Amino acid sequence: MAIQKVLGLETEYGIIIRGSPDPNPIAASSALINAYVADLARKVAWDFEDETPGKDARGFAREDAMPPEVETHLVNAVLTNGARYYVDHAHPEYSTPECATPLSAVRYDKAGERILARSVEAAARILPPGQTIVVLKNNSDGKGNSYGTHENYLMDRSVPFARIVQYVMPHFISRQVYTGAGKVGTEASSTGGIDVTFQLTQRADFFEEEVGLETTLKRPIVNTRDEPHCDAQKYRRLHVIVGDANLSEVACFLKVGATALVLSMIEDDWFAKAGDRDYTLANPVQAMRRVSYDMSLHRPLELADGRTMSALEMQWEHFDLARKFTEERGFDSIGGGEGGQQLLDRWERVLTGLESDPMSLANQLDWVAKYRVVDGYRERHGLTWRDPKLAAMDLQYHDVRPEKSLYARVGMEKLLDEADIRTAMTEPPSDTRAYFRGRCLQRWPASIAAANWDSLVFDLGADPLRRVPMMEPLRGTAAHVDTLLEGVSSPAELLERLGS
Amino acid sequence: MAEREQIKKQAPSRTEEVEEEEVPATSEKGEKLKAELDDLLDEIDEVLEENAEDFVRAYVQKGGQ
Repeated sequence: MAIQKVLGLETEYGIIIRGSPDPNPIAASSALINAYVADLARKVAWDFEDETPGKDARGFAREDAMPPEVETHLVNAVLTNGARYYVDHAHPEYSTPECATPLSAVRYDKAGERILARSVEAAARILPPGQTIVVLKNNSDGKGNSYGTHENYLMDRSVPFARIVQYVMPHFISRQVYTGAGKVGTEASSTGGIDVTFQLTQRADFFEEEVGLETTLKRPIVNTRDEPHCDAQKYRRLHVIVGDANLSEVACFLKVGATALVLSMIEDDWFAKAGDRDYTLANPVQAMRRVSYDMSLHRPLELADGRTMSALEMQWEHFDLARKFTEERGFDSIGGGEGGQQLLDRWERVLTGLESDPMSLANQLDWVAKYRVVDGYRERHGLTWRDPKLAAMDLQYHDVRPEKSLYARVGMEKLLDEADIRTAMTEPPSDTRAYFRGRCLQRWPASIAAANWDSLVFDLGADPLRRVPMMEPLRGTAAHVDTLLEGVSSPAELLERLGS
Repeated sequence: MAEREQIKKQAPSRTEEVEEEEVPATSEKGEKLKAELDDLLDEIDEVLEENAEDFVRAYVQKGGQ
């Protein structure tokens, strides 16, 4: 049976310093994260002072709640919600904590946007006058440079990798019809003679291989990075680099939810069992772009066996398979029935909308919302698609500052309560090992020397550093450790009880 | 390619919903949508970055994954 698809999303944010004579994105990214951490420390100190005057040092201990990891010299913080917030290459990057359900992954991804927005505010207070940091949750600068949003899914190690490649690639290509964040124009050197004024996704222009290890050049549709951050005998972490960053909660929910279901089916060899449902494409790399360039959504793609099928038809096939799969096997692999049924219902509604009138999804999908507003503006002002105003609107759709974001103004449907997203900025999910990480960082920040995905390292003073391994992503939950944590008063006591 | 076998989707339960959606929007509904978009564009005009050309030109992101 398919194992539970523990999930996480990593997002490299775009960053620009306006008004600086010599803008340096690495320095700006570091300033952003440091400003956030310092702001958090100040806020905590202030809160604490309110309750217990004279003990504000405790608040500054919070600053250590983001201890640097040892493997990098760049800024690298671990947050009390279990997430990582760091400088990667020349970008600020936020990785959600491990999440047990698709909706939880959306929640922590949205919390990341709020964290970046707060970082921008905090950095504004320390920047020289006239300078502003702008942060964008997108995947391209419009000039041929891309940066990634990576999805991660826990999989059973015993599943042959070739089977994953065979069945997940058609899904990655066809799911673009709802995962795309939209883009004005193209950055591909060749579009096969198609005049691309607007396309479904940010990323399709940048994929040149079918399978491979690269992430920064010659990007592959299926990435082979094999770094499970957990028990490598039992698990694989499928590292997915082919998706867009979504602002839309609906699109993000479908992106991770449908993919988690497809991967569950692959684990159970459901495509073969359902009558050899093989959608292998004749030319996957070309198909990736064809789908992204096809606003009609009905252009046929050639399959390896000679049939043709549009991306939308292919998604209907995947949906039908998933519905039958869950009727027989339930929703355990994506964290249970409530969210599972919500996912299937939404998947069906969105495919139905795409089929009849894509513009009816302008409040649900990023690419539709962006197209509607950019095209409306173009028509109103009689602009050509090459007008820089439209390119600027494209970028501004993704601005994390609520007062500047176009996404925030186009009336998008929400799946989550804002209060729950805010809570997720500092509180870990209760149902994965991120809970143990987050709670320990909240309680004993000064005693934690390092935090990694699969371990916590405690510094108790004189003794050598003590490592607590966390090799099981679904252990260390509130159900597992709350009683333990409540029963101890110091990290030394905790380690004694853990026997490590 | 058109001569090749086209795969038809096979979910009869969907048919009704699809047909419902295919009813063309009444002109009243169309006008309401257009008015909404007009309001939105008015609002957006006020928040658009000044000097779009400069904003777009200055935005360069190297070193991404």
